[in-house]
Amino acid sequence: MNTWEKGRAMKRSIFAILMASGVLASACGGAAPQPTGSGSAAAGEPCAVPVTTRCNTEAQNLTGAGATFPGPIYTKWVDEYNRLTGVQINYQAVGSGGGIKAFTDKTADFGASDVALTDAQIAAVSGGLYMVPTVMGAVVPTYNVPNVTANLKFTPEALAGIFLGAITKWNDPKIASENAGVTLPDSAITTVHRSDGSGTTGVFTDYLSKISGEWKTKVGSGTTVNWPNGVGSSGNAGVAGSVKQTPGAIGYVELIYAIQNKLGYGVVKNASGKYVDASLDSTSKAADGFAMPDLGKLSGEQSKLSITNSTNPDAWPISTFTFLLVPKDLSDKGKALAILRFAWWGTHEGQTFTKDLGYAPLPAGVVKTAEDVLRSVTSGGAKVLK
Amino acid sequence: MLVPLTLAAIALLIVIDSWPSLSRFGLSYFTTSVWDPVHLVFGAAAYVYGTIVTTLVAVVLATPVALGASIFLTEFAPRRIRGPVAYLIEILAYIPSIVYGLWAIFVMVPVMRDRVEPALQGSLGKVPVIGQLFSGTPVGLDLLSGGVVLAIMILPILTAVSREVLLAVPPTQREAMIGLGATRWEAVSLAVLPYARPGIIGGIVLGVARAFGETMAVTMVVGNSSRDISGSLFVPGYTMASAIANQFVEADSELYFSAIVEVALLLLLVAIVVNTIARLLIRRSVADRPQGAVV
Repeated sequence: MNTWEKGRAMKRSIFAILMASGVLASACGGAAPQPTGSGSAAAGEPCAVPVTTRCNTEAQNLTGAGATFPGPIYTKWVDEYNRLTGVQINYQAVGSGGGIKAFTDKTADFGASDVALTDAQIAAVSGGLYMVPTVMGAVVPTYNVPNVTANLKFTPEALAGIFLGAITKWNDPKIASENAGVTLPDSAITTVHRSDGSGTTGVFTDYLSKISGEWKTKVGSGTTVNWPNGVGSSGNAGVAGSVKQTPGAIGYVELIYAIQNKLGYGVVKNASGKYVDASLDSTSKAADGFAMPDLGKLSGEQSKLSITNSTNPDAWPISTFTFLLVPKDLSDKGKALAILRFAWWGTHEGQTFTKDLGYAPLPAGVVKTAEDVLRSVTSGGAKVLK
Repeated sequence: MLVPLTLAAIALLIVIDSWPSLSRFGLSYFTTSVWDPVHLVFGAAAYVYGTIVTTLVAVVLATPVALGASIFLTEFAPRRIRGPVAYLIEILAYIPSIVYGLWAIFVMVPVMRDRVEPALQGSLGKVPVIGQLFSGTPVGLDLLSGGVVLAIMILPILTAVSREVLLAVPPTQREAMIGLGATRWEAVSLAVLPYARPGIIGGIVLGVARAFGETMAVTMVVGNSSRDISGSLFVPGYTMASAIANQFVEADSELYFSAIVEVALLLLLVAIVVNTIARLLIRRSVADRPQGAVV
């Protein structure tokens, strides 16, 4: 055996050891503790709303799929709700598009999306659907301008100009005029956007389409758009990382991501001409006075579900709902009841978990409209919730 | 038997799924580079371009290094270090691509942006024609970075294959040359390398295949922007595999979805073309190879 062959034999044995330890590790892992269902049948109506206890006539297992943005809070809800009612819910944060597809194909009992469905998507859902707002989020611009630590102010025109590529330097008068006292460098702007399809992009481009006619005709809004310039990075973390690393970069991330990672972010002038800091409160404010579009004809009314560029003077302008997609009519009454009770609990009791997890709660008025939506769901033509 | 069947089944499925896009855009899908999911206009030329450019950069950078390493390991290195060094190079192949991606984004990209790219621009950038490759603002997230990370990733397979091929060259080849009074380097360059050429090309083909399909690490540094085909390496680009990975999940309309699937079809086609060219090269190279010992 020469040296080369020996090396080869050694390689083989090391590989075998690695394989063996891998097998062991996977054998020891697994078997996660089962969440224990509790809650005894109470007097009165266990299957009514508000949800107080276990209901024996509802489905005990549900699957949901959709948006990643509300993933953390839905996971929390699923856990808490299981303690209360014993219902097992499996929510898969596969992305809004994947959720819409799964819901349309009926491979998931309910879907979740950060953006309202298009007419074509609504038409594709046999039996129809409702979109129930559950929690709110916001998108903020984050940037990396050398030697600037102040929170920069952006007019909507400046923001659109930057992402359109019309404003190319940080010391452009359109930016500088709003930031008196800040010395902006004569350096190039690099824009950073999401490369993966994302509800975050959907909200941001929806806002830009509302405030800039040029953006609306040239680019438009959607979960993936044809960006006029800049680099794409995957996920909030990717965008934040690219911005942090690239001097002169500007990108957009979810507010909760910026808060949790202590990223600095800019202030955008809202529709009332005020500079309001992005916060959970100013996000909730964006939905104040929100009126749910006519449930009978959701199609063509999507723009009314958008709350970007809110007219509320205290609102953060780039705010959004995230929606649960529930069937309009479901022949399986037990399943319908389970979905509705979960959605009811989430939009009521579930709201107490929002702030800890970085989401903005629904204002009372929106909770009321959510109730109306949930009460309209039928099973075989009969209303499910009393 | 099963392999061609599976391949045919995959191809058929891809064609069926991409049919709406195939029939709607026809040839313009291959020749234009506007990718606009909002207005449902799709052209994948920039993706094909990005894939080919990053792969070329990778092969151009990795081949000399791999060849040098394998020649050193088989012909010149002291016997004691041959095994361990080869082992270390091959271990690079076991590193998951996400790890390469993270390393690239946190370590390589800043170096590329602050040092390598400005230096290239300052030197080669001034040369006519080639200078075009190094124009634009260095951002670090661009085709060149994508190519460099790919070069590192295909290095192990290139080295391993070239090394095995060089080891397989009959000792009589070298001995005959040395017997004629050649130096060791002359023996390698005139007798060993020509004999090993087909195998080395085969190794490059394997590297190209790896580079074509590589998704994660490239996606993290290539810039993911398909705006234009500019001829510069310093612009953000997009590869076919990255486009599929980034957009497949959220492709929410039928046409958009089928346009993404058509990228997969395109990837398959380009892979077949490249593989065919490579096989022809190998065949020619085998035919040209010196028969038996060189005397």
